Amino acid sequence: MSFGPFLLLALMEGMVTSAVLALAAVGLSLVFGIMRVVNVAHGEFFMLGAVSAWFVSQWVPGPPVVGFAAALILCPLFVGAIAALADMTVLKRLNYEPEATIVATIGLLYILQQAALSLYGPDARPVPAPFNLRVQLPWFGYSGYKIAVVAASAVVLLGVWRLLAKSRVGLVMRATQYDRETARAFGINVDRVYAGVFALGGGLAALAAVLIVPIQQAHYLMGTDPLLLSFIVVIIGGLGSLRGTVIAALLIGLSDGVISTFFAPTLAKIVATLAVALVLVFRPQGLFGRRAL
Amino acid sequence: MAAVTLLEARGLTRHFGGLKAVDGVDFTLAEGEIHALIGPNGAGKTTFVSLLCGRIPVQSGSIRFDGADITRMPAHRRVRRGIAYTFQITQVFANLTVFDNVALAVQRRGGHLAEETQAALSRVGLAERAGQIAGTLSYGHQRVLEIAMGLALQPRLLILDEPTQGLANAEIETFKDLVRQIVPETTVLLIEHNMDVVMDLAQRITVLNFGEVLATGTPEAIRANPAVQAAYLGG
Amino acid sequence: MSAGARIWALHLAALALLAAGGVLLPAYHLTNFAKVMVLATYAMGYNIAFGYTGLLSLGHALFFGAGLYGAGMLVQHAGAAAGPAAIAGLLAGGAMAGVVGLLALRTQGVAFMIVTLMFAQAGYLTILYNTAWTRGDEGIVIAREARVLLGFDLSADLPRYFAAFALFAAGLVLKLWLVRSPSGRVMIALRENEERSRMLGYDPYARKLAALVISGLYAGAAGAAYGLLFGYVGASLASTQYSILPLLWVLLGGAGTVLGPFVGALLMFYLIDYSSAVTTASLLVVGVALVLLVLFAPKGILGTLRERWLKWLP
Repeated sequence: MSFGPFLLLALMEGMVTSAVLALAAVGLSLVFGIMRVVNVAHGEFFMLGAVSAWFVSQWVPGPPVVGFAAALILCPLFVGAIAALADMTVLKRLNYEPEATIVATIGLLYILQQAALSLYGPDARPVPAPFNLRVQLPWFGYSGYKIAVVAASAVVLLGVWRLLAKSRVGLVMRATQYDRETARAFGINVDRVYAGVFALGGGLAALAAVLIVPIQQAHYLMGTDPLLLSFIVVIIGGLGSLRGTVIAALLIGLSDGVISTFFAPTLAKIVATLAVALVLVFRPQGLFGRRAL
Repeated sequence: MAAVTLLEARGLTRHFGGLKAVDGVDFTLAEGEIHALIGPNGAGKTTFVSLLCGRIPVQSGSIRFDGADITRMPAHRRVRRGIAYTFQITQVFANLTVFDNVALAVQRRGGHLAEETQAALSRVGLAERAGQIAGTLSYGHQRVLEIAMGLALQPRLLILDEPTQGLANAEIETFKDLVRQIVPETTVLLIEHNMDVVMDLAQRITVLNFGEVLATGTPEAIRANPAVQAAYLGG
Repeated sequence: MSAGARIWALHLAALALLAAGGVLLPAYHLTNFAKVMVLATYAMGYNIAFGYTGLLSLGHALFFGAGLYGAGMLVQHAGAAAGPAAIAGLLAGGAMAGVVGLLALRTQGVAFMIVTLMFAQAGYLTILYNTAWTRGDEGIVIAREARVLLGFDLSADLPRYFAAFALFAAGLVLKLWLVRSPSGRVMIALRENEERSRMLGYDPYARKLAALVISGLYAGAAGAAYGLLFGYVGASLASTQYSILPLLWVLLGGAGTVLGPFVGALLMFYLIDYSSAVTTASLLVVGVALVLLVLFAPKGILGTLRERWLKWLP
């Protein structure tokens, strides 16, 4: 294959990464933006989404598309419920004090990961794709499912944006973000908003995982990479900025796709992590956002 | 004999967005004087002294202290040169003992730790409480401890930001005696709302209003100044 | 007895107990205790940064790893003896902490946590990437012949125990002296109120950097000792988990207490050891312990003791 089509393939793979990454990172970003919580367990919500999708695909009879559709609805709800529970039983009791909260979410990371290890086991298991369609391009064939992933992710991101910008729920969230105490004085149930936002963040990570699991397989340690990449995206995009997060996800996803095609993936990750550290040191407002930390 | 100038600010400016917190202030402190800084709330007093001690970076203008330009010098180095600042909102180390609070000031300039710390505590009447955790002191005692930390630095210039706020009358008398004792070795710049304290202690007064100097002079001159009266009486 | 004498008596007694342990403990626990003492040295260093100076780092595995690989690669590739390798490991830990500190200390709080986490992750990935030098995931096994210090065979139970003890004792005495010194008082002042410390004339950046470098020296020494005493230098020992563990040990034992890191490391080591006999998911106890500690006992064991009864405990 000549260079042009090769680059196109790399870009298309990058788009798939970007799409899933944007979903997961927007979840992390929402939680930080509204709750000021740095959720280190975010990657485990992703993992739980994938692992629970495997369970659902086993339990639901019929063709793969039925099981997959069920997973697409049930898994984000399930993970969202776990997230809400974690918020109400742990984070709320810490009064969202930043450092204690991070330590607690590190604890949560281990709890979820090890629980998955005991209940699901150490093996990686595939979940069948809902359909097998191959789109034939002039130079190569491409998975129709992957294209569907990009489309689905775009739809969900639009939905999240509408929810935040146009709906009453979004207004309540923004009010809470602006000033917790004033929001409370205006009769907003801040505890419920926080639990809801944490659930939404976890649910988005889970949704991203359900979309990717037919391509990637479910494994109890699969949360590490999405966590790291989401961090990178959120920090480069500017913490709490939805627009910046999506742009950064595109940037990171596409460059990751391209770089990993031509260079060793580990080297790409080293460069990316160092870049994040340096961005935080020298430009804490992110490349596209305002100062937040 | 003309007074020796210890500190001199020229055209000192600091804006926050559209707010002209400090706007082109010229200001001199004579060595050994007690100088009070007064003005209505929001006049820029705390911002102004924060520029002098380096807690807030200067936007434009210059500061000379003891003959040297300190405009861009970091705060901790200004402290080493002899500018001490006591906080408006008490900021003692609440979880450390009273002794440790003052010892931190003494040890920095390499003083004899135990002796000088005790001496500084005796001076403000806290010697008996040396072992107590500072956060458990009464509010008045915490204010006094804050001042003791400033004194223990043995500064050339001591900047006191509303030191008598929340003190009982008897405590205010003790405070005034204390300030009179430390001049003229130490020059005192005092932000104060209590006019009795100001008129009693200060040799010179500078009035700030909307970030600018409204007037400077002796207490008598300031009292008689119509512009000052207008600003204070809401003219 | 004066306060100072009482404090030294307590800590020297603890050391005497550990020394006696070298003679009294059965072989299995001898190895475990040697490991705990090395890890506790690492945790003491972590405590200097976190417990005393208030620097919550999530990247200390980088400094531990620098010591581990600094010593290990020198032995493996340059045929260095254990002594120089250990010193190289110590210095590598301190130097790495210095470099990271120069950058990371420009940030504070949550940003500092993430920056240190990212630097450590980059370090870990670098180890995985340079397989020719580090043997990547597999790690380096240090041959028995190379693990000889002052004529003692460090792979044998008893010399290993006392080598670990010597390291721990030196670290403990140094730390006790440091935190009770005027410099230690400044570190605590920075933790309590940085702005007030600055207005007493202390340079927060320089002081925090110094504390981080000391912390890195401890981590480097512990890393080097781990490699030389147990003969294995692996990437997993430089992973994020090894940044979290010292935090956990210190939180459990009591942040800002001299003996806390040892107490925390000892309890956690045996807790994980016993639970791994029952389940493969033994790290569950790490997660549960972290959550329970921040929720119900943020001061840890010795911190709570100090608050309630032993006010003099350093």
